[in-house]
Amino acid sequence: MYIFGQVLIGIGTAFLFLGGLGIFRLPDVYNRLQAGTKCTTLGAFSTILGVGFIHPNWMLKAIVIAVFILLTNPISAHALARASYKSGVKLWDKSVVDRCKEFEECQEIPKEEEG
Amino acid sequence: MDAQGEHRTQRYLTAFVVSFGVWLALVGTLNWQELLMGGVLSAIVAALGWRYFSQVGFSRLTPKKFLYLIAYIPVFFWAMIKANFDVAYRVIHPRMPIHPGVVLIKTDLKSDSGKLALANSITLTPGTLTMDVEGDSMLIHWINVKSTDTKETTRMISEKFERFLKVIFS
Repeated sequence: MYIFGQVLIGIGTAFLFLGGLGIFRLPDVYNRLQAGTKCTTLGAFSTILGVGFIHPNWMLKAIVIAVFILLTNPISAHALARASYKSGVKLWDKSVVDRCKEFEECQEIPKEEEG
Repeated sequence: MDAQGEHRTQRYLTAFVVSFGVWLALVGTLNWQELLMGGVLSAIVAALGWRYFSQVGFSRLTPKKFLYLIAYIPVFFWAMIKANFDVAYRVIHPRMPIHPGVVLIKTDLKSDSGKLALANSITLTPGTLTMDVEGDSMLIHWINVKSTDTKETTRMISEKFERFLKVIFS
């Protein structure tokens, strides 16, 4: 149990490190958010569960906290992405496709043409 | 909201049971003092917040929905772990193989909680991040765009979750 907890904490830390590296390397706000959200969610999730495995009587608390992180982390990322999109942060130059404009126009009439 | 007046008691009870369950998990004992305090606090919390806590009561929870919920958890976790390795690979790779872009998808889900669950699942799964939700269309930032057509992207990104969520939140 103790070793399993340590392994989980190790995996979590590795993913948190990769998330940080991603924020450092990727080109624009949205791509950085991608790395930030995914890696920190799984990283924090498995770190907290690892603590729960090392101290079994904290397990229920750890699960409650982990579930809260799982529910709220994507919402915060969504709020950040939406805020930067509304305030006009540009996409990276080499982005393949940008359908933001179309999204605003097509609220009523869905379009099928390529962006 | 007023049309659902008969669900009021049930919605209150749902909020109460959920708060009490979280309390029990946090204190971690079955001491009668903790139970009493938790009961009083859950009653207060549920009285203040049942309107926002629970859209529907427990009576809408059929066994089929419950089974789909249980089946959804491994699907979701598998997608999340894949997403993490995907992002890790893109970050570590010296040339960063990313083709980012913004695409649209359409969803069939009607309820707000269903859309919330879908948006959260999309955010946590390979290379996609929900940027905005408006009506039945969602704006998705995709780190590795494979298609720009709305139908194609809907099929690739959200279909595997919608199959489950449609039943759970119907």
